Amino acid sequence: MRIYALAVYLFLYIPIAVIAVFSFNAGRYAAQLQGFSTQWYGKALANPFVMEALQTSVTVALAAATLATLAGTMAALALQGVTGRPRVIFDALLYIAVMVPGIVIGISTLIALVTVFDWLNPLLAALWPAGWSAPQLHLGIGSLIAAHGLFAMALVVIIVRARVAGMDRSLIEASADLGATPWGTFRQVTLPQIFPAILAGFLLSFTFSFDDFIVAFFVAGSETTLPIYVFSSIRRGVTPEINAIGTMVLAVSLLILVVAQSILQRGQRKGGGSAA
Amino acid sequence: MTGKDDSPVAELRGATKRFGAIVAARDLNLSIRQGEFLSFLGPSGCGKTTALRMLAGFETPTEGDIFLDGQRVNDMPAHRRPVNMVFQHYALFPHLTVAENIGYGLRQQRPRLAASEIEAAVTRALDTVRLPGFGARRIWEMSGGQQQRVALARAIINEPKLLLLDEPMAALDKKLRHDMQIELQTLQRTLGITFVLVTHDQEEALSMSDRICIMRDGEIVQMGSPRDLYDRPRNRYVADFVGKSNFFPGRVESIDGGTARLVAEGGVTFTGVAGEGIKTADKAIASLRPEQIGLTRGAGGVPVTVINRIFLGEHTEYLVRHPDLGQFLILASRQAEAGEGNFEPGETGNAHWRDGAALILGND
Repeated sequence: MRIYALAVYLFLYIPIAVIAVFSFNAGRYAAQLQGFSTQWYGKALANPFVMEALQTSVTVALAAATLATLAGTMAALALQGVTGRPRVIFDALLYIAVMVPGIVIGISTLIALVTVFDWLNPLLAALWPAGWSAPQLHLGIGSLIAAHGLFAMALVVIIVRARVAGMDRSLIEASADLGATPWGTFRQVTLPQIFPAILAGFLLSFTFSFDDFIVAFFVAGSETTLPIYVFSSIRRGVTPEINAIGTMVLAVSLLILVVAQSILQRGQRKGGGSAA
Repeated sequence: MTGKDDSPVAELRGATKRFGAIVAARDLNLSIRQGEFLSFLGPSGCGKTTALRMLAGFETPTEGDIFLDGQRVNDMPAHRRPVNMVFQHYALFPHLTVAENIGYGLRQQRPRLAASEIEAAVTRALDTVRLPGFGARRIWEMSGGQQQRVALARAIINEPKLLLLDEPMAALDKKLRHDMQIELQTLQRTLGITFVLVTHDQEEALSMSDRICIMRDGEIVQMGSPRDLYDRPRNRYVADFVGKSNFFPGRVESIDGGTARLVAEGGVTFTGVAGEGIKTADKAIASLRPEQIGLTRGAGGVPVTVINRIFLGEHTEYLVRHPDLGQFLILASRQAEAGEGNFEPGETGNAHWRDGAALILGND
């Protein structure tokens, strides 16, 4: 059993380790190691296509994570008041959103967006004042943000809701009892209590959007995110430069995940302090 | 303060609270006097907490009205009521320091109070609850007893018209609880704030309150001073809940000017004040406090066998058995024992009580 588990882990992590190792390869071919060098990192960072893709990825990830965090937090708070059958339906939809394969989300978002654009664009053109060119809705940064934000929102709801549910209700009552208005209570008690979860939700949303290839591939239109750039470069052969990019993305993602996890755990310890 | 001293600071008028089909509180009528220490006493689920939460503004009565200082407040939300509460598990804000917790109420006031003013008030409050210098601590660095004091300071700093305490001592150990009871009582007298306590602990209610409101199944069973409730319980429920009592079922033989005579099993008779609604020939019970029964070796009274003896220091509690009356408790004082000496389990003696010492009550 132990050997089996070890084999699974090796199978999972060796390719990742190989990428990291080969990113420091001095030679120009990915298949053979020819000494240590960091030149490919320099090359990757100096490549204007890489930097442009990185900029697109960061913009989309920041916007999607912000939107998802705002909407997701509000939804998590509102769900407190929802009970019974509607609650069951809501929960089911949330978990479905997280579990559905990326490819399904990608295709369905693409179809939905294209259908809506086909319907909206003529409408906009007809409604726009004569003499002005009507805006044309098309796939691009906007659709990327929308698709990522929508998916990440489910993540944020699940994370924040767990924290909201774990919060002592009597804290809210104590705050009201001491004369705080509902908004005052939200600002001074609820928000500080659930903030670790909100921050963790934001960071996870960011990494999800930043790393995502499948959904982005469908809805990006002419935009190139970093994962899309990597995918298209691989078709021209795996170079150490790609390995270097992959290693950097991996490092940043792992760092954010570790930070998010530790924020969540510290938040729980602090929250639990009142009961101890 | 607007009200005169004899005007009620708060009133419940026919207050009823339903949760679906469940009636948590039924037709509560009660007026709370300025400056008194009132307790709601009863087992869990008797509606005492619901009554408190209606006063605080966390529950709106389904029927009836709540008045504070003569003003109907049914629709006034909790944050606008001049009432503060000490929560059962204190509900201290874990993300704030002790001082920030205590100053929370003052920081909500509009127009805003000066920071120096709040700081001075917090320092005074910390002194009042005997926690000087603890302001910078975090909540989780405080012990249970200290957390309770912080909760108390946080509630009294706003000088509420009514301070509500929801089983505040439930989480403390026995010794600490006793100290806190004395402290609370002293605090209540010095501050002159009206305290309303909810508890299921009869000793706590008896020792601290000016008046006690005994509740059962959402209704007020009896209300009065601790002494009234102890000496003149309305029924078996109150007699059982307030202090210890022996109950002897029987039939009422005669009633004469408020004094009833009850014949129990084996023809043993009890006389005493007749409770409400007691009629001749009714089934009833005689309630007799353990300390009202004496145990002697001399003649007189009814013969009993000692089954168990518990030494309580000042008193000794005997569990005895009578062939017809069954088992009952006798509380013998040190002085009584000085004359009679100890009874060992298995020994026989005579139990006797004064004529008129019992209470003849309905069996509900």
